[in-house]
Amino acid sequence: MLEIRNLSFKVSDNDGELEIINGLNLTIDNGKFVVITGPNGGGKSTVAKLIMGIEKPTGGQIIFNGTDITNMSVTERAKLGIGYAFQHPPRFKGLTVRGLLSLAHGSELPEDACCAYLTNVGLCSKDYLNREVDTSLSGGEVKRIEIATLMARNLNIAIYDEPEAGIDLWSFTMLVDSFRAIGKNRHDSVIIISHQERIMELADELVVIADGKIRNQGPKDELLPNLLGEFNGNCSLRREVVTK
Amino acid sequence: MQNKFDFKSSLQNVDKGMLAEIADLKGTPNGAYNIRRNGEGMVRHSTDNIIIEPKKDKPGIDITIKPNTKGETLHIPVIITETGVNDVVYNDFFVGENSDVLIVAGCGIHNCGDQKSQHDGIHSFHIGKNAKLKYVEKHYGDGDGNGERVLNPTTIVEVGEGAYCEMEMVQIKGVDSTVRETNATVAAGGKLVMLEKLMTHGNQIAHSNMEVSLDGEDSVAQIVSRTVGKGNSEQVFAPKAIGNNRCKAHVQCDSIIMDNAKISSIPAIAANHTDAQIIHEAAIGKINNDQLVKLQTFGMDEVEAEDIIIQGFLK
Repeated sequence: MLEIRNLSFKVSDNDGELEIINGLNLTIDNGKFVVITGPNGGGKSTVAKLIMGIEKPTGGQIIFNGTDITNMSVTERAKLGIGYAFQHPPRFKGLTVRGLLSLAHGSELPEDACCAYLTNVGLCSKDYLNREVDTSLSGGEVKRIEIATLMARNLNIAIYDEPEAGIDLWSFTMLVDSFRAIGKNRHDSVIIISHQERIMELADELVVIADGKIRNQGPKDELLPNLLGEFNGNCSLRREVVTK
Repeated sequence: MQNKFDFKSSLQNVDKGMLAEIADLKGTPNGAYNIRRNGEGMVRHSTDNIIIEPKKDKPGIDITIKPNTKGETLHIPVIITETGVNDVVYNDFFVGENSDVLIVAGCGIHNCGDQKSQHDGIHSFHIGKNAKLKYVEKHYGDGDGNGERVLNPTTIVEVGEGAYCEMEMVQIKGVDSTVRETNATVAAGGKLVMLEKLMTHGNQIAHSNMEVSLDGEDSVAQIVSRTVGKGNSEQVFAPKAIGNNRCKAHVQCDSIIMDNAKISSIPAIAANHTDAQIIHEAAIGKINNDQLVKLQTFGMDEVEAEDIIIQGFLK
């Protein structure tokens, strides 16, 4: 179980302190498939980075399966089985796709296993296994490989930061299917940060983060219709279009 | 020169370690070979198609690869295991027309003493029409003495008409000082690929000057330099591509800088013909923090992550 207690994250700029996360509380039970959504700039990605340890909170606690991990490094958290797929993954000169997947897995992965992970994210494996994860790959390709690195790991909690960003429509369908399969067969928890209705539909639970706080949290069936309605109701532009 | 050579019994452990490091040799090589140790030829073996002969006027060997020799290999490692050795050697390679061969060179210095040990290899390659040559050279040093380990190679390459030459020059560890001079010419339809990989650490100094002249019509050159500077080491790279005809050349210098290292990249391009297309790019920077964090999310610590990034970069 992941418990986030009264979490805060502030940054300093020229105008003083800016509060990105403001006393956020969230509990995610083992085995849950949770989608975090909310407006841009609301703090979703920051929460994901705070869970992984990439950012350090300025207040509050993160408890993972009873252990206080608030002050643990990224490496220590990774060893506890926490994984994070970057929204903007880095590239590596000289490192092949197969090499990266093997590093993620923790040991040399057989070719067929690599192929299965790549197929799951819509990449034709034989074209990619020995390619380097460098600038010769497009943004969408790197993004899909990033998602595959998480699938190659044996995790207790997997966090995907906007996995759909930069991915074409055909691959997106494949990706949704992969996340659906993860949802059915998993023993771990999955957190996906997403704006996509089709990904939200896979969730057990939805969490809406806005202004650094949780605005809504609940079962998908209850929350999703309201969320979509809220968008239609709140968007002034859309209201105008509808009235006209 | 030994009459009867046996890899197991004729070599000491330190020799074997060096040969494995610089030439991946773990037994008597297949094909032709010449092993030089502490300034003297130790063993030499020619084949029907690759003939190795000692020079008469100065130290070194002449290597003649007969035309149409395909798929053969030549190993010419040099090892120095004594302190205070100053070895200068001149090797000339005549690669026959239409041949396709691999040459594995390399020099390892194991210096446990207090005097400088140095090897200066002056290599000239004459690559015949439509021949294909791959040349791999690794430089390596170890030993816990205070004596310097110095390697100053000079490489001269003539790529013939329609020939292809790929040279991979690697220096990863333990060489205190190196000054590399490379001069190449490429004839019509010829292609030269130069791949230089280098890592310096401690107080090491590495300089590399390279000049490639694209003389023939439709000649091509690709020069790639990938380096990592650690500790207080210093590196200076000055590759130059000169287009004297309709040709294409690409010069790329890419370096990772760490600790207190200093790196200069000075790629130069010159065109003496309106149809010469020459590009250069150079970049120096530290390891990207996102790369480190990404590998840390796999459970590696920072040092392990750095090693993986450097290994990949220099692969």
